[in-house]
Amino acid sequence: MSTRIEKRFGELRAAGRGGLVVFVTAGDPTYEVSREILLGLPKSGADLIEIGMPFTDPMADGPAIQASSLRALKSGQNMKKTLQLVREFRAKDAATPIVLMGYYNPIYSYGVDRFLADAGKAGVDGLIIVDLPPEEDEELCLPAMKAGLNFIRLATPTTDDIRLPTVLNNTSGFVYYVSIMGITGTRSASDADIAAAVGRLKRHTDLPIAVGFGISTPERAAAVARVADAAVVGSAVVNRIAAALDANGVPTPHAASSALDLVKSLAAGVRAARA
Amino acid sequence: MSTASAAQPNSFRTGPDEHGRFGIFGGRFVAETLMPLILEVEKAYAAAKADPTFADEMEYYRAHYIGRPSPLYFAERLTRELGGAKIYMKRDELNHTGSHKINNCVGQILLARRMGKTRIIAETGAGQHGVATATVCALFNLPCTVYMGATDIARQQPNVFRMKLLGAEVVPVHSGTATLKDAMNEALRDWVANVENTFYIIGTAAGPHPYPTMVRDFQSVIGVETREQILAAEGRLPDTLVACIGGGSNAIGLFHPFLDDREVEIIGVEAGGDGVETGRHAASLTGGRPGVLHGNRTYLLQNDDGQIIDAHSISAGLDYPGIGPEHSWLHEMKRVKYVSATDQEALDAFQMLARIEGIIPALEPAHALGYVRKLAPTRAREQIIIMNLCGRGDKDIFAVAERLGTKL
Ligand SMILES: Cc1ncc(COP(=O)(O)O)c(C=O)c1O
Repeated sequence: MSTRIEKRFGELRAAGRGGLVVFVTAGDPTYEVSREILLGLPKSGADLIEIGMPFTDPMADGPAIQASSLRALKSGQNMKKTLQLVREFRAKDAATPIVLMGYYNPIYSYGVDRFLADAGKAGVDGLIIVDLPPEEDEELCLPAMKAGLNFIRLATPTTDDIRLPTVLNNTSGFVYYVSIMGITGTRSASDADIAAAVGRLKRHTDLPIAVGFGISTPERAAAVARVADAAVVGSAVVNRIAAALDANGVPTPHAASSALDLVKSLAAGVRAARA
Repeated sequence: MSTASAAQPNSFRTGPDEHGRFGIFGGRFVAETLMPLILEVEKAYAAAKADPTFADEMEYYRAHYIGRPSPLYFAERLTRELGGAKIYMKRDELNHTGSHKINNCVGQILLARRMGKTRIIAETGAGQHGVATATVCALFNLPCTVYMGATDIARQQPNVFRMKLLGAEVVPVHSGTATLKDAMNEALRDWVANVENTFYIIGTAAGPHPYPTMVRDFQSVIGVETREQILAAEGRLPDTLVACIGGGSNAIGLFHPFLDDREVEIIGVEAGGDGVETGRHAASLTGGRPGVLHGNRTYLLQNDDGQIIDAHSISAGLDYPGIGPEHSWLHEMKRVKYVSATDQEALDAFQMLARIEGIIPALEPAHALGYVRKLAPTRAREQIIIMNLCGRGDKDIFAVAERLGTKL
């Protein structure tokens, strides 16, 4: 049985184009606005969606995503509500893959078995957990695979050819290539470096390669979608949300539409990339 | 959640296992970018440990730069005043830079040099680890960046200036509560971005494997010396050891060489803040539960959703919502007893030691003393208590003056 993620990448391959993966934090800036954004993502051109599970201490994230996590927590977001959000999305959209992304502690606290059962039921397709390297596969990766969820691993510039097989082992769905050494939303890699990295990964795996970190414009997204199977955009979308808050942090009426407008332009870039 | 099948092991000194675990605690919960380097640090440390020239170098700097061994001092007036067990103090506050932190920094910078790293980063709470790191960086001529919470910068001004004098860059961290945990997040973010040339000198016995073990090994000199010194002074082992716990490095350093002497009672004192019952404290073992943060599984202050709760303590060095993983294990194994002392108990002890022994302690070990003050009178005069006086109080006089309503 192929998963939604595998199906979606199959469709992209058939259409001869790279995909757009959009990251947003669940409950940022509020549950309601976050739901409006999520529900609008597929028709704005997002091919896959990564939903951040907010955490107080996102060690691998830059200021934009840290702030979005804190906004969400402040507005009362928690794991239950994040799964609820996925459930509401899934009721309206049966095709767009949803990947939950975040840190291990909120899952560990919720209980691994309970989390996997509830996430599966809600319609989650995959997990990206930043602080679970292959060395800790028994914690969540192996139980997730057993529960039928894809466990998507991060590969980075420091993952050399010797380590790559370790990282790719037990990875499914796709591989997320972190194109820079560093945190989200800070630097960006050159096209040549990205192309070389994707080529290197392709020699080791048949899985689709999504490339993220530091992609913020339609041009950058297009450049990445030319050489990789998908481009991931996070901080730029999250920054749009932040920019649509008033001085008290309350979302203005156009918060959702302004984020979705950015997604539309990113999608246009990606779709034209190999034309 | 954690199943504490308290089947006692044959030895408490064999951990961690090959996965860096003490029971279920510890591990390597870090981003993939860091993983290759973490493995490299582990390998390099194993090689250094097996190399007698590394031991010789350590010994040289301990003797000639840090000023070890530190004395084990019989606090006679304090003993008389409290009217119970004999109280000895391990005087690590006399070390160069004024605390035990330098023991670890010398070890880690020697390792960083062996690995060919050319830039050092560190996090700091009270500033003692930052000062110790800036010091060894000056000594070995390596650029040094220290991350420090903005709240801590305000309450530990003397140490901020010290670090700058020593040539370090001090980066204020405003995220989260702007204290130690946030400084550690920021240091990890720096490391992720600069893994190729940078070594992260972690200041306590926490973080991803091999840090908890490495820091423990470097700090164990405290316990090794204490053992020899008490045998020389009293002809026997102590009845009780007491140390304060932030992340747990001075404590594990004192405790580890005694863990298999089952007759020695071992007590760790966490920061009770306003009182553990108020929720405003930093007592991870007393008031927390197991979770994963900063590369390891350990007891953490967290809410029902697994979000980290801010710690509270008058002592910037104890103001951390976690604790080293080996302590979590020793707690579940019931080998070490963990208690807490409040801000007020620490303040009282701070002033008492100044007046009775002429020693101004750091606020961190003042917590250990706060507990010793309650414990000693309940124990017979033949009994021996050793507490780790792991830092001096120069850095704290401004903060204490403010609490006491004195303008300097
Ligand atoms: C003097 C002193 N004692 C104790 C601590 C707490 O750290 P640890 O528990 O690792 O010894 C600090 C930390 O800054 C300190 O400066």
